Amino acid sequence: MATQHSRAAARLMMAPAVVLLLGWMLVPLIMTLTFSFKKYLPLKGGDLGWVGFENYIRFFTASAFWPSVLSTLILVGGVLAITVVLGVLLALLLDQPFWGQGIVRILVIAPFFVMPTVSALVWKNMFMDPVNGLFAHLFKAFGAQPYDWLSQSPLLSIIVIVAWQWLPFATLILLTAIQSLDSEQLEAAEMDGAPVLARFGYIVLPHLARAITVVILIQTIFLLSIFAEIFVTTQGSFGTKTLTYLIYQRVLESQNVGLGSAGGIFAVILANIVAIFLMRIVGKNLDA
Amino acid sequence: MARRVSTRRKAITTLAAWSVGFLIFFPILWTVLTSFKTEAQAIADPPLFLGFDWTLENYAVVQERSDYLRFLWNSVIIAGGSTLLGTMVAIPAAWAMAFVPGKKTKDILLWMLSTKMLPAVGVLYPIYLIFIQLGLLDSRIGLVVVLMLCNLPIIVWMLYTYFKEIPGEILEAARMDGATLREEILYVLTPMAVPGIASTILLNIILAWNEAFWTLNLTAAKAAPLTAFIASYSSPEGLFYAKLSAASTLAIAPILILGWFSQKQLVRGLTFGAVK
Repeated sequence: MATQHSRAAARLMMAPAVVLLLGWMLVPLIMTLTFSFKKYLPLKGGDLGWVGFENYIRFFTASAFWPSVLSTLILVGGVLAITVVLGVLLALLLDQPFWGQGIVRILVIAPFFVMPTVSALVWKNMFMDPVNGLFAHLFKAFGAQPYDWLSQSPLLSIIVIVAWQWLPFATLILLTAIQSLDSEQLEAAEMDGAPVLARFGYIVLPHLARAITVVILIQTIFLLSIFAEIFVTTQGSFGTKTLTYLIYQRVLESQNVGLGSAGGIFAVILANIVAIFLMRIVGKNLDA
Repeated sequence: MARRVSTRRKAITTLAAWSVGFLIFFPILWTVLTSFKTEAQAIADPPLFLGFDWTLENYAVVQERSDYLRFLWNSVIIAGGSTLLGTMVAIPAAWAMAFVPGKKTKDILLWMLSTKMLPAVGVLYPIYLIFIQLGLLDSRIGLVVVLMLCNLPIIVWMLYTYFKEIPGEILEAARMDGATLREEILYVLTPMAVPGIASTILLNIILAWNEAFWTLNLTAAKAAPLTAFIASYSSPEGLFYAKLSAASTLAIAPILILGWFSQKQLVRGLTFGAVK
């Protein structure tokens, strides 16, 4: 039982973590919020005074805004679709008994540990290069014309790279969820003559629903801020300028801090909408 | 009871699983193989898989040209330092939340998690500005602090879920035997918590090692870790596949090995206990 004494001690022990995170959250956020209402050009005089909502209006009406929203949606949606569908299939496969489970598991999980700059550069040069890439060799071997991935379908190329990095994550979580499925239930259905698809649709998939939701929410939060993969491949050209990259360019490349901050606040709001749903699920699990 | 499966079915599953595993792992394997080729062999058509003259030359060139060891050292300091610092702050907090839960504990935990979801780009300039003012730009200590703050929520959460599994009765028994709070933590809790703390540290070293937003934007020459080391290979110069491969292998090898040890903790660490 917690005594008065231990409660005070507990508060003291939590204090450093709480204070640090509070500062980490509030100080930069308040600064961004302040900048977003100012004309702020570090290279051209710095703080040039308040401008109300002008930055927001300019950010939202800029010709680059809607294309960047679209690129972001395609990137996030594409990666989610690939990783969730393949992840479910892979998890089902790896859940079956076979020889060498441990080793295959290690092979499948490996891409998750590759740093983003490495995977982007390796894919860009050694696989997708139209002259020397492996895909080009493969196409030529079948008599097809080599395809210049990153300049003809830049967004798709980045989706492939990012999906490769995140597939292990989806697979591992879905596999963990499948393994907690009561196998007797499946066997009973099998004995009653339920076909494979029906067993999958009525037993496995509902059981996985929550894990899939968690995968989607967590990945969305990380995918919304994809940066390094674009930075080392296309630098945001050819329609790969996502919201994150657009804001980055406004702030650091063109040094228009006010404008970039308005975009930053928009990104924070967007991420929070996703976060609220994730929090609900996590919070519910906390009570159980 | 395990389902009984015919040998034939098991053989087919084995073949399928190994094929898929090989396919997913292939880009890494290809990178490692290419790192031992000469530049000419690296772009040979048809591609060479194993029948080439293995050479270590690329590794020597990479070390000489871009000073791999310096970047490696920066990565070690930044990933290790931020994780250790974060763990020191997180252990007491997670302990308090797991064993002396109050009405607000759940809210605090969820709030901590929510700070992890702030998009970094939204606060890029303020952090940049603060770094300039404090002279932290391109310094290892600055990155240690930023990555510590980035990962602190995950560290607290992981430790919390591990501590939660330690039965409170044992702590009560120790308390009844007259153990002080300090003794209780040091001699009763810590030994039981070591495996959990170790996995937490492992996973967070990996996350910090691979972090590629702050490390790319807040460093230049001095404090740049391996993420930036690799990014410097993004503009091709003549034949460079073998060198790129060697550099990539050097950058991912240490963490790949750590990663394989921590794969079991990955689910817990990254789903915040929402999937078990």
